[in-house]
Amino acid sequence: MIFAALAVPTPEVVWWGLIPVIVLSGSALLMLTAASLPWRMPAWLASTWTVAAGIAVVVAVFPMWARIQNDGPLAFLGSAVAVDGSTLFVTATLAVAVVATALLGRAYLEREDLPGVEFYVLLLLSAAGGVVMVSANDLIVLFLGLEVLSIAVYVLAAMHLRRVESQEAAIKYFVLGAFSSAFLLYGIALVYGATGSTSLVRINAHLASTVLVQDAMLLTGFALVLVGFGFKVAAVPFHAWTPDVYQGAPTPVVAWMAAGVKAAAFTALLRTFVLSFGAYSGDWRPAVAVMAGVTVVGGATVAVVQTDVKRMLAYSSIAHGGFILTGVQAADDRGTSAVLVYLGVYTLLAVGSFAVLSAMGGVGDTGHRLDDYRGLARRQPLLAAAFTVLLLGQAGIPFTGGFVAKLGVIAAAVNVGSYAVAAAAMLGAAIAAFVYLRLLVAMYLDDDQAADTHPVVVPVGARMVIGLAAAGVLFVGLVPGPLVDLSRDAIPVLVGG
Amino acid sequence: MGFAPAFPVLPALLVIPAVGAALVAVLPRRRPEVVKQVAMLFSTATAGIAFWVLGAFETGPGAAAFQFTAHQPWIGDLGIAWNFGVDGISLFLVVLTALLFPIALMAVDPGHDEPSYFAWMLLLEAGVMGVFCVLDLVVFFLCFEVVLVPMYFLIGRWGHNNRTYAATKFFLFTMAGSALMLVGILAVGFLHAGATGDPVTFDLVTIAESQSLATGEARWLFATFALAFAVKVPIVPLHTWLPDAHTEAPTAGSVILAGVLLKLGTYGFLRFGLYLFPEAAHFSAPLFMTLGVVGILYGGVVATMQRDLKRLVAYSSVAHLGFIILGTFALNTEGIEGGLLQMVNHGISTGALFLLVGMIYERRHTRLIDELGGLQRAAPVMAGVFMVVMLSSIGLPGLNGFVGEFLVLVGAFMAHRWWAVVAAAGVVLAALCLLWAYQRVFHGPAEGDNTDMADLNIREGLVLAPLLALIVFLGVYPKPVIERMQPAVDALVAHVERHVPAFDEPVNLRVAQDLPKADDMGDGS
Repeated sequence: MIFAALAVPTPEVVWWGLIPVIVLSGSALLMLTAASLPWRMPAWLASTWTVAAGIAVVVAVFPMWARIQNDGPLAFLGSAVAVDGSTLFVTATLAVAVVATALLGRAYLEREDLPGVEFYVLLLLSAAGGVVMVSANDLIVLFLGLEVLSIAVYVLAAMHLRRVESQEAAIKYFVLGAFSSAFLLYGIALVYGATGSTSLVRINAHLASTVLVQDAMLLTGFALVLVGFGFKVAAVPFHAWTPDVYQGAPTPVVAWMAAGVKAAAFTALLRTFVLSFGAYSGDWRPAVAVMAGVTVVGGATVAVVQTDVKRMLAYSSIAHGGFILTGVQAADDRGTSAVLVYLGVYTLLAVGSFAVLSAMGGVGDTGHRLDDYRGLARRQPLLAAAFTVLLLGQAGIPFTGGFVAKLGVIAAAVNVGSYAVAAAAMLGAAIAAFVYLRLLVAMYLDDDQAADTHPVVVPVGARMVIGLAAAGVLFVGLVPGPLVDLSRDAIPVLVGG
Repeated sequence: MGFAPAFPVLPALLVIPAVGAALVAVLPRRRPEVVKQVAMLFSTATAGIAFWVLGAFETGPGAAAFQFTAHQPWIGDLGIAWNFGVDGISLFLVVLTALLFPIALMAVDPGHDEPSYFAWMLLLEAGVMGVFCVLDLVVFFLCFEVVLVPMYFLIGRWGHNNRTYAATKFFLFTMAGSALMLVGILAVGFLHAGATGDPVTFDLVTIAESQSLATGEARWLFATFALAFAVKVPIVPLHTWLPDAHTEAPTAGSVILAGVLLKLGTYGFLRFGLYLFPEAAHFSAPLFMTLGVVGILYGGVVATMQRDLKRLVAYSSVAHLGFIILGTFALNTEGIEGGLLQMVNHGISTGALFLLVGMIYERRHTRLIDELGGLQRAAPVMAGVFMVVMLSSIGLPGLNGFVGEFLVLVGAFMAHRWWAVVAAAGVVLAALCLLWAYQRVFHGPAEGDNTDMADLNIREGLVLAPLLALIVFLGVYPKPVIERMQPAVDALVAHVERHVPAFDEPVNLRVAQDLPKADDMGDGS
């Protein structure tokens, strides 16, 4: 038979390793198909579906995790994809962020009277891209994941049809994002030129076993890849898009950008630099260290002078990125597990905080002036209390998850002797504390209510997100052991050939 | 480690107020008196346990070790654990905390938002207890840092006119000061692990006894700790948050701030400065003694100039804390013991002063000395109480302030005589400023509303009575306190002497030698 003659050896596929991607992207495609049929898909169905998909991913992660811990990580699809502890840890984090964003999105779309289904489809697609990124074992796969993630978010940023700021944010994000993708791709090409492979494993093996006489191309490649990631994680000096985009984009989308996109991008950064380029850590570590220090201090300092709460939190999210980079630059297991803890905690902090902002925004998503928060403690004591927990968590006050996260990355930096970075990060934290204090002052200490305060309606979805996020932040702060142990088991490793 | 009872008493000192805070926070705000009673119940229970600890505390020469120890791992990966223990150094600060909180709770009604007010107060108590009881560096930092939040809200929500500014300033100063300490703490742990090859631990005793850090490292690390403590104490150039915070805080906040919170810094110097870094402490002792003396003089002079009674007491606190620092860095038994006693004394007498000023303010709605006068006619009992408390604060022999101040001066004299001479001049300034204030407020003709001010009522009398009793008791018979402090202080001094190669061993001998060496006098300025 002719087919037998043409039988091409196809790479082995371990299907259970792809369950999260399949669930997320499959839901997205099915939902899109269903929505294009001649009936009007009810909004509740789309949002419930998305939430269910997110929960399904979290549930699926448990047996996968058990299997990985027992049998060790595995690579498949010709070693292009790998599933290890970090993959599953961050996949679960992304799924939590998807659930939270979908819960927030439902009420937001209803309030703003926007069409629904596309929001959820794009969110699921973006999450699928993120999962691909964190399971990439090859720079090309990583890039594919990044593009799926990013392009969906560009469109999400433009979701609000009637707000020109939303359109502006999307254009800015798209143009700069496309630039950064180009940087990343060029960097990948140079690394490929220097090492002869795009596989993280083979690059690592090559760098470990070969002494390059001329490493200019390789280092340029590193630099460009770093710039590309720097844009995605909003590290100073590649952060300029963040405040504008956060301010303009619909608030639930911002929650996803802050939580999901960052988690995926930082994990990819860990996998490429700490794992694959580990042999050259002497060359790239100083650059990341400087970036970390500048990002924390810069983000915190500029956040202080903002009067728009969304911008304030945008800059504070930049500062958080700097903290995470502080863990990345340690380039060892302690640093990596600290980064994973930070990503987990920050996901809670980000979705919780932006859920508050989403509710406070009111119709038109405009109520983000600091003045709108005046006297919130009197009008909405519970909302103010939960927001206080989240803000104290962001400030890294003890007995909140934020402290545990900061302790981890600072410990990792100190452990490898990066005292200057650790000191800069802590000073940045002290500056950032002022930002959160300004919000607390507005909520609790300013008695005179703003003249034109609009009533704040906190929808059920937002209530759940805020409550669970605040509870989670407190729980991790009081009982950090489980999360820290989990992150130790989730340290990424290179497998495959 | 010493005696470890079956019931975890020290954790209970933390847990009871924390649970109380959680409970009080959800009580209905319509019944403020119930809220207050529940809060009182929890803080009294805490006090009961603290007094039991005081009673069961072993004395004698062998009692230098930590007692009532308890251990609970927290973040195993970093070797962080809840290690509890008290010794003669922390014992009286624990008791002082346990005593002042119920008094402060009983003395003052917040006026609005009772549930949150009492919840923050109880949370503050839990945090302070944690600072004094834990022996793990990271957990100490947790507690040291977390007390900022309740105090911030107490000043900011229940304070006076300029409260937002004062609360923010307080928070940022202390937070910025302690930011680097976390880096220092982590570095201590990792460097210790690297030098000894043991797994990472942040246990104070293990690290301090091994003294594994190199001299240069230890000095830098001491600097990060010292900065945090110096802001908290506060030592003079870093003190500017204190008058604002004191003045704007509600009365109970001032009492706790002066009585307990300022001790976090001085206690930190003893426990985490001297014990962990004996060499660095000795190296920098001239600097800190100088700053202590500067604080005494500066606090005295500035206090004299104040027109606001609360600000006056705040600046006199700066002078008192200068004494404590001076004694601590004399690095001998007399000085440290005096400093320690002075911590307790300052807590009692300044706490009482702030209560009295608060009572005057409640009646007259002013704290300006110019607007008061002749109060003695209308309120003779209050005047009498004020007099006793003020004399104790000045350090009149027979009252508690004298013992501490005297020991500090003796210690300082033995270590660096000229500092003691200058500091003694500060005593005169303190006397001047407080006596003058007393004269202007209570003596002279009474005018206007000052003529018919109400005297102390029964509740206020009950609040002040235990403090007055302690002022007299500690002044007349300080031995029970000293004999409990002594073993721990001796052990600390021996520890410092053992680990400082260049310790001018016979500090005491130098007094006998009659003349200090010229370079000793030069190195502090």
